Amino acid sequence: MTAPSALPTSVDGMLDLLTKRDYFAERSLATVAYLSLRMGRPLFLEGEAGVGKTEIAKVLSAALGRKLIRLQCYEGLDVSSAVYEWNSAAQMIAIRLAEAAGDSDRDQLASDIFADRYLIKRPLLQALEPDVNGAPVLLIDELDRADEAFEAYLLEILSDFQVTIPELGTVKAPSPPIVIITSNRTREIHDALKRRCLYHWVDYPAADRELTIVKSRVPGISAKLSQQVVSFVQKLRDQDFYKSPGVAETIDWATALTELDARSLTPQVVGDTLGALLKYQDDIQRMQGDVLAKTIKEATDG
Amino acid sequence: MPIDHLNPPTGAMADNVIGFARALRKAGLPIGPGAAIDALAALQLIEIGKRADVYATLEAIFVKRHEHALIFHQAFDLFFRAEEDWKQMLDSVPLPDDARRKPPPASRRVQEAMAQPLKGEEREAPQEQEIKLSVSDREVLQKKDFAQMSAAEIAEVTRAIATMRLPQAELRTRRTRPDRQGVRLDLRRTLRASLRTGGDIVDIRRLGLIDKPAPIVALLDISGSMSEYTRLFLHFLHAITDARKRVSVFLFGTRLTNVTRALRARDPDEALASCTASVEDWAGGTRISASLHNFNKLWGRRVLGQGAIVLLISDGLEREADSQLAFEMDRLHRSCRKLIWLNPLLRFDGFEPKAQGIKMMLPHVDEFRPVHNLTSIDGLIKALSAPTSGHHGPLIRPAA
Repeated sequence: MTAPSALPTSVDGMLDLLTKRDYFAERSLATVAYLSLRMGRPLFLEGEAGVGKTEIAKVLSAALGRKLIRLQCYEGLDVSSAVYEWNSAAQMIAIRLAEAAGDSDRDQLASDIFADRYLIKRPLLQALEPDVNGAPVLLIDELDRADEAFEAYLLEILSDFQVTIPELGTVKAPSPPIVIITSNRTREIHDALKRRCLYHWVDYPAADRELTIVKSRVPGISAKLSQQVVSFVQKLRDQDFYKSPGVAETIDWATALTELDARSLTPQVVGDTLGALLKYQDDIQRMQGDVLAKTIKEATDG
Repeated sequence: MPIDHLNPPTGAMADNVIGFARALRKAGLPIGPGAAIDALAALQLIEIGKRADVYATLEAIFVKRHEHALIFHQAFDLFFRAEEDWKQMLDSVPLPDDARRKPPPASRRVQEAMAQPLKGEEREAPQEQEIKLSVSDREVLQKKDFAQMSAAEIAEVTRAIATMRLPQAELRTRRTRPDRQGVRLDLRRTLRASLRTGGDIVDIRRLGLIDKPAPIVALLDISGSMSEYTRLFLHFLHAITDARKRVSVFLFGTRLTNVTRALRARDPDEALASCTASVEDWAGGTRISASLHNFNKLWGRRVLGQGAIVLLISDGLEREADSQLAFEMDRLHRSCRKLIWLNPLLRFDGFEPKAQGIKMMLPHVDEFRPVHNLTSIDGLIKALSAPTSGHHGPLIRPAA
């Protein structure tokens, strides 16, 4: 972890900060990220899978020298795995020890075993704790996978940045964490939650930006191949696929092609590696034979 | 932080932003009163001179759904080019569905009430008598085809449908709650209880898994050939749609429309009216294949994710029935827990699936049910309350 650095003071400062860490953001994304830092509001990022929503949280935490706390959402996520849990086994032992020692003061026992050291802190509670490097970056990833009940619970945390533990009292963050929430839109997130956040739709990057990304992430790729790769992927996104390839897929594919020592796109090498780009059998089947040859020709001619 | 929420900046910029917020609200974006203050606070942090930055800033605050981005884009262009043009141009901005003026709740009923015949008018009298149905009439009504009902009978059926409730509790989730018969040990509560007895565990607390109703996704055909049924089905879907239950409703004819939000209105008349208003191809042709394609592509992953049951309500009379239709049906079938096809044509004794479209679709459904009278709707409700586990995984399996 690098030393903590100050928050950027302008949109350009934010762009610099991200670019230095090889994250090539659209100016609009840099603007909302900057605002979210300055206004202390959670940043809500929506968009297709693989456009770099999660990545920006990692980059921000690295660039600002803050701790990254990640909460991966899933169906059935509940308070005991997201916020805190008591270490019951240790508490049990403490009770037995107290018994063995002949302690019989019940109130004393209660306050002993519901103390901080028996508390197992999960990501949301960790994010509220003071940190010498400044408040951490809290990434709440793929919120659309958690169920509505959990979303409602988040509302309280995100507006007050505090958690109430019945046995212990209220824990409040000395300074609110930098919160980034991502969603792939597999279901709609409730408006009440979005209202508390700055909202931004992360789109697929334009060709020139994607080219910059590929060149920085896949060292050793030739100028010609990277050009063709990006051009091919951009053409795929125009088509009516069930799942269009994201930037993450472009990088995977470019890496795969360099591993195979490909010099340029040929039907053979593209056909063999298409699985790095398209993740549904139906989509792969549509990209066979003539369609594939035609798309490759368009991408290599351009 | 240098932002003062209590004393936001005033002057020309404040006027502009407040005016812009008002205009956006008029164009249908749900913008709360705090948003304009947020926007002013945010604008203080950036360089006002850069149009793109102002755009991104205001968008992050005023737009909370990707669908609204286009409206915002047009509104921003218009508003910050020339404010005078704005009022004229507002009409040409494509308004979202919920922006269209809704009739005040129950206005239709009020109008109907006002239109009751005055004393001495006889024309309406027989119908009023018909409404008072005896018990045996009700039995007849149970089996009568919706398409052959009189207006009064439809009113009666609508009332019966409004009382229908789907049973709860079908899917087991991974969340837990305190439950004496539960299978898991609730150590936290057990420990807390043990403190009362000085550390001796007398009472073991348990956790049980929470059951949740399975999400239901209804795809309702509103083409001309279904027109005698659509209104009643909409009443049925409204009755089972409730903010607490997970029900999504889509209408399709030549194109697909999501009316889930419209149906959430408490009052059935208001809900149906805003439903009708949001659909452009009411009682037109059918393009089942294209509509299913759109559903699969745009909505499938969003509403079918958590083990949904799909109700496809259609007569299956598709003109362009080809392999594409079978393909889309197959995809839909593989993306949901259970696909139930409700077809009013099944009311005919000796119905045979001869139409090309029906032949294409049939192999891909789990259940094929009639849905033309109250008895069949009752049957459907029973089918939906049957245990659904172990039938289908919610995941898409790769094509063979």
